Amino acid sequence: MRMVIEKRKSVSRKAIYIVPIASFVSALILGSILLLITGVNPITTYAAMIKGAFGSMHALSETLVKATPLMLTGLGVAIAFRMRFWNIGAEGQFVFGGIAGAGIALFFSEIIPSWLVLPMALVGGMLAGALWAGIPAALNAYLGINESLTTLMLNYVAVLFASYLYYGPWRDPLGFGFPGTARFPEEAWLPRIFGRVHFGMIFALIAALILWFILNRTRWGFELKVIGENKTTAKYLGIKISKNIVVALLLSGAISGLGGASEVTGISRRLQAGLAVGHGYTAIIVAWLAQLNPIAVIFVAIMMAALLVGGDQVQITMGLPAAVGLVLQGLILFPMLAGSLFTEYRLKIIRPDTPPSKERESEA
Amino acid sequence: MIPLITTILAITLRAGTSLVYATIGEIYTENSGILNLGVEGTMLLSAASGFAVAYHSGYLWLGFLVGVIVGGLLGALHAFLSVTMRANQVVSGLSITLFGTGLASFLGQRLGPKENSFNLAGISGPRLIAQPIPVLSNVPILGALFNQDILTYAAYLIVPLAWYFLYKTKNGLNLRAVGENPITAEAMGINVVKTRYLYTIIGGMLIGLGGAHLSLSYTPGWTDNITGGRGWIVIALVIFAMWNPARAVFGAILFGGINAIQFRLQAIGATIPSSFLNMFPYLATILVLVVMTWWETLSKRLGAPAALSVSYMREDK
Repeated sequence: MRMVIEKRKSVSRKAIYIVPIASFVSALILGSILLLITGVNPITTYAAMIKGAFGSMHALSETLVKATPLMLTGLGVAIAFRMRFWNIGAEGQFVFGGIAGAGIALFFSEIIPSWLVLPMALVGGMLAGALWAGIPAALNAYLGINESLTTLMLNYVAVLFASYLYYGPWRDPLGFGFPGTARFPEEAWLPRIFGRVHFGMIFALIAALILWFILNRTRWGFELKVIGENKTTAKYLGIKISKNIVVALLLSGAISGLGGASEVTGISRRLQAGLAVGHGYTAIIVAWLAQLNPIAVIFVAIMMAALLVGGDQVQITMGLPAAVGLVLQGLILFPMLAGSLFTEYRLKIIRPDTPPSKERESEA
Repeated sequence: MIPLITTILAITLRAGTSLVYATIGEIYTENSGILNLGVEGTMLLSAASGFAVAYHSGYLWLGFLVGVIVGGLLGALHAFLSVTMRANQVVSGLSITLFGTGLASFLGQRLGPKENSFNLAGISGPRLIAQPIPVLSNVPILGALFNQDILTYAAYLIVPLAWYFLYKTKNGLNLRAVGENPITAEAMGINVVKTRYLYTIIGGMLIGLGGAHLSLSYTPGWTDNITGGRGWIVIALVIFAMWNPARAVFGAILFGGINAIQFRLQAIGATIPSSFLNMFPYLATILVLVVMTWWETLSKRLGAPAALSVSYMREDK
């Protein structure tokens, strides 16, 4: 008896749901093993994490606060990934959006009417994010340059540029040497809904609905999907690939940029270290786990944020490293990645009595 | 002036050593057609586990060995996901970085001695020290080359060997064939799956050695995020070197040099330009990508393995 992997005729609908759930469960099991090895009771740890993430209004508020940037960057990544454009630059687009939002909030409040400062900061953030995604998009669409490498490199440029600004020219002169800008004037603060949950979450929910509609119900959404599935088919259908890549990436970057601008105007209310904590990388995982479905992105972002907030809480209540949340995030991914094979392929068991095929046995 | 240049050169080589090992590792992996973005996480986990083992056992070499093994295991995981399970290589590599970063940070707070409340940070353990070569190490400027630890000396040999193996041996040719066109390679009788597994694991081991060099020699001891983004610089350096191990040396020296100059700048209290100095490798890499791609469309291809990050499915032929 031997096994071969063969391509399914159509994508398995069942696997789309079973794989993420099975991945989550196996991550919890693998995580328990790790916790047991280091001498910690996994059940009490998980209970403390759930309580820390959802157990009170404060906990819930913190989870949603952490989820908001993940939602927006996750949505941004999802559009790009629809076309198989590997934008791993959400981090840079998010930070560049934050830089632009901060710049407008800090220096424009004297010049323009005060009601206009916040909208301009948010729009500025979107434009900056769009620019930061537009550069690699244009380089890829017109020169064929590998986008995953350029978007990755631009992340560091954005992060270092932000640190230059808050260590250097934008540093708060009254900040006692604290690396950060002055606090934004009040008209540039993004309103909060409850706890520290701010309007950025509303933007994320609206963006998810709009994107769901665009991707599933419009011709443009269909074109992006065709480009992702088969560029040759797209060409035969007369779809303009280069133009679509650039436009979709401007949108992708704008959403991540809005995330950055919302974060600085809604949470820190200044530009400071701690804006770039890897949301843009987690976003890739969020988009992937959500199978690039914008509505699912919202829920996966909340789940990933819950792991982080829960991790912070076990540090406080149980003295365990907060990184436990990060480890669990990583552990969900491995079975998920391995399982993604089964949505497009299936294992076929071949009995010994069947005539041997000409092909050699597959190592899988 | 001359002592200053000698010092900067010595620090440059010391800082560049971990970069050289990790970059050569990643070059081998990428030449087989596998893009491994897990470098940062691998270096961190190897640095943490290597230091923990060296500290508890008292054997420095055991620490390095564990760092190499951990790197190899993460390489094997990446190979399993991206070769056998045909997962997306970008996502798989990033997952390894996420997992490695998280686990290193977790273990850094669990594997330390009880007296230090299980913290690995803030304790000192065995360390690989520089072994100056008599006479030669006293030569002005060039003496810096001979005032290094044994892994740096080994790197002087490994770089030309890695180049020779890749371009002048049959195994190296097979490796490049797999990264260039797996279907043709398979037809030539090369086992694509085995080759990709082998070089992703070897690459991971070298990346792990680079990580262990950080916690056991360059900046001895464990601190959270000890790599300071070196894993990403490695990804940049591979492109900068255009997938050639010999050129990796120039990149590693250049970026090790940026590191060394920063030390001097910090010593005189200048912090502002360091952001721009740090930006340089990333901008230079984009520039190299642009020029290289443009050149390739004009003439023939230069460096990037054509099948990089494309999964290979024999059944789909």
